[in-house]
Amino acid sequence: MEQYEPDRLSPAQVAAMRRSFRNGRAALSRRSLLRASAGGALAAGGLGALSACGIPPAAQTSGVSSEDHSAKEKTVSFSNWTEYMDVDDSEERHPTLDEFRRRTGITVKYTEDINDNVEFFGKIKPQLAAGQPTGRDLICVTDWLAARLIRFGWVQKLDPSHLPTAYARLSQQFRSPDWDPGRAYSYPWTGISTVIAYNRKALDGVEVTSVSDMLDNPRLKGRVGFLSEMRDSVGMTLLDMGKDPGRFTDDDFDAAIARLQKAVDKGQIRRFTGNDYTSDLTKGDLAACLAWAGDVVQLKADSPDVDFLIPDSGYLTSTDNLLVPNKARHKTNAERLIDYYYEPRPAAQLAAYINYVCPVDGVKDELAKIDPDAANNPLILPDKAMAAKSRAFRSLSAKEETAYEEKFAKLTGA
Amino acid sequence: MAAVTEAPPPLAPPAPEKKPPRRRGRWMPYLLLLPGLLWLIVFFALPMVYQASTSVQTGSLEEGYEVTWHFATYWDALSEYWPQFLRSVLYAGAATVLCLLLGYPLAYLIAFRAGRWKHLIMILVIAPFFTSFLIRTLAWKTILADGGPVVGALNALHVLDVTSWLGMTSGDRVLATPLAVVCGLTYNFLPFMILPLYTSLERIDGRLHEAAGDLYARPFTTFRKVTFPLSMPGVVSGTLLTFIPAAGDYVNADLLGSTDTRMIGNVIQSQFLRILDYPTAAALSFILMFAILIMVTLYIRRSGTEDLV
Repeated sequence: MEQYEPDRLSPAQVAAMRRSFRNGRAALSRRSLLRASAGGALAAGGLGALSACGIPPAAQTSGVSSEDHSAKEKTVSFSNWTEYMDVDDSEERHPTLDEFRRRTGITVKYTEDINDNVEFFGKIKPQLAAGQPTGRDLICVTDWLAARLIRFGWVQKLDPSHLPTAYARLSQQFRSPDWDPGRAYSYPWTGISTVIAYNRKALDGVEVTSVSDMLDNPRLKGRVGFLSEMRDSVGMTLLDMGKDPGRFTDDDFDAAIARLQKAVDKGQIRRFTGNDYTSDLTKGDLAACLAWAGDVVQLKADSPDVDFLIPDSGYLTSTDNLLVPNKARHKTNAERLIDYYYEPRPAAQLAAYINYVCPVDGVKDELAKIDPDAANNPLILPDKAMAAKSRAFRSLSAKEETAYEEKFAKLTGA
Repeated sequence: MAAVTEAPPPLAPPAPEKKPPRRRGRWMPYLLLLPGLLWLIVFFALPMVYQASTSVQTGSLEEGYEVTWHFATYWDALSEYWPQFLRSVLYAGAATVLCLLLGYPLAYLIAFRAGRWKHLIMILVIAPFFTSFLIRTLAWKTILADGGPVVGALNALHVLDVTSWLGMTSGDRVLATPLAVVCGLTYNFLPFMILPLYTSLERIDGRLHEAAGDLYARPFTTFRKVTFPLSMPGVVSGTLLTFIPAAGDYVNADLLGSTDTRMIGNVIQSQFLRILDYPTAAALSFILMFAILIMVTLYIRRSGTEDLV
């Protein structure tokens, strides 16, 4: 009987292999290789390198603007969020962008490469901090990040003479945020309202009219959702406590966090969610949650049980803003694109498609031609009563931002 | 390599070598390794140095960071976030054990019993990888939905009463509880367990089973004394491939969990991206890396195997 020996090698083969691994200077074993590369990395990277790589201050003071190639190069590259632009039936062309090119001869290089403010900041930070071009002429970010970019001096002042329409038609409520008085650097792309959304079936007769109901009603235990955006969750809680999110103190903030913490501790709040609250809400896993109005308009259309309400204490409105980063090659073209989107027709086309708050005045007639329901929807074109209840979260200093985000992260468990 | 050095003993000592290999051959191994080494240097060694440096810096984004050899960051980070560390180890450990319990029988089946279905089952194991990690995790939100059939069945069987008593769930739901996170981790990393197990089981010579039978071993004894010891390399590499990424994962905890299920990955993410406290985030990453390194070293030492598959 043959003895069991897997993969038996001939003596010659083994000798050859031994030679190749063990012999002389060509010897190469796993251990020696590991040792060698670890040693090499340490020697090369070493302590010198460790101390050499600090990170310079973020703020830019010189070399901000750059040569504008707009006149020669009829193009502008625009980075935007996903699904934040109208598309035609073939889902390939963007009608408003096509119209812009027809009219001005400027081709828009449109990229949907923003999914998340904090991630996008991480993506463009290295170039902007080093005073390098980002390859983008126009970006769209939420107001707190826009405020940070302006604070760092990473974006360029806009030329008002290129923005006559935008200047004339910008809605009153968005005219002068405290982080960019008079809109010197930014123009809103859309407004984002934070409201309370609910699933009628999942509520099962429980009445919800305010954030307090969400935080306190024991019948909703474990079926309430808040947003993982600090400003939305804390802002709505501040409003509910009778404070103005546009003018609050450290103590007010701490009180709002404490109120939310109590609800977390007793299991009232199921989760702090990003965009994924939408599926939880339609399935009924969440009975009520904080939600972004644009999503709710979509959800309502798809599932009849979902609806929204505006608490009497008011609601938060933030904006996504267009900014021209430093070293952009086509600043004038970018400004013309901004101005174009403040004309009633393109603004209406856009609003009808993306369903977020339209920051442009006087689009009602145009919007009614495309979609009468949208024209009468206060979530898209806020009426007077609606606009009066809207509040904006005040801008934060760098210190406050860090401290508040840290407190909010503790609340959400990380 | 280890297999070669531990080659069967009855070999004659290698014949005395005649000449050293030609000069050109001496550099060949290094040349062949060059692409891999470059890759490691650019994408592993350099970022490591950079992170190590970041972890001992102080400052803020506004004023810039400077290396001040502030090692206290490590201690502060550890004392602040040890619960999340502990949770990561527990969840990843639980997921690894579950993966082994689920994966071993399946790998065994594929290796010895599947016959002509072998390839089909292998494809089924790998198929989920054709969709993105995120989508797969989101699918579990539908599977485990509060009103869904799975939770309904678990409730009817009073399973949730038991898990609730164990602190794995709360009330009559699975989503947004530790159980959901562990389930998600188990599901997402299961193929990493099955594939190495399969490769090492598949190499076992069927005649060994026959021999064990001839020696009057019961099937269970055969498994205990022959199959399982021979599959140890697969078990070790499978558990490593499952445990290491699971311990650093944050997607499952984020989507399937709640505030009390945050793992260390979530903390690192929020420190890096939201709070912008880069030193703490870098220090946490290093602590996690060293913790895993130590655990893995002890584990490999104990399991006494050097070749992984």
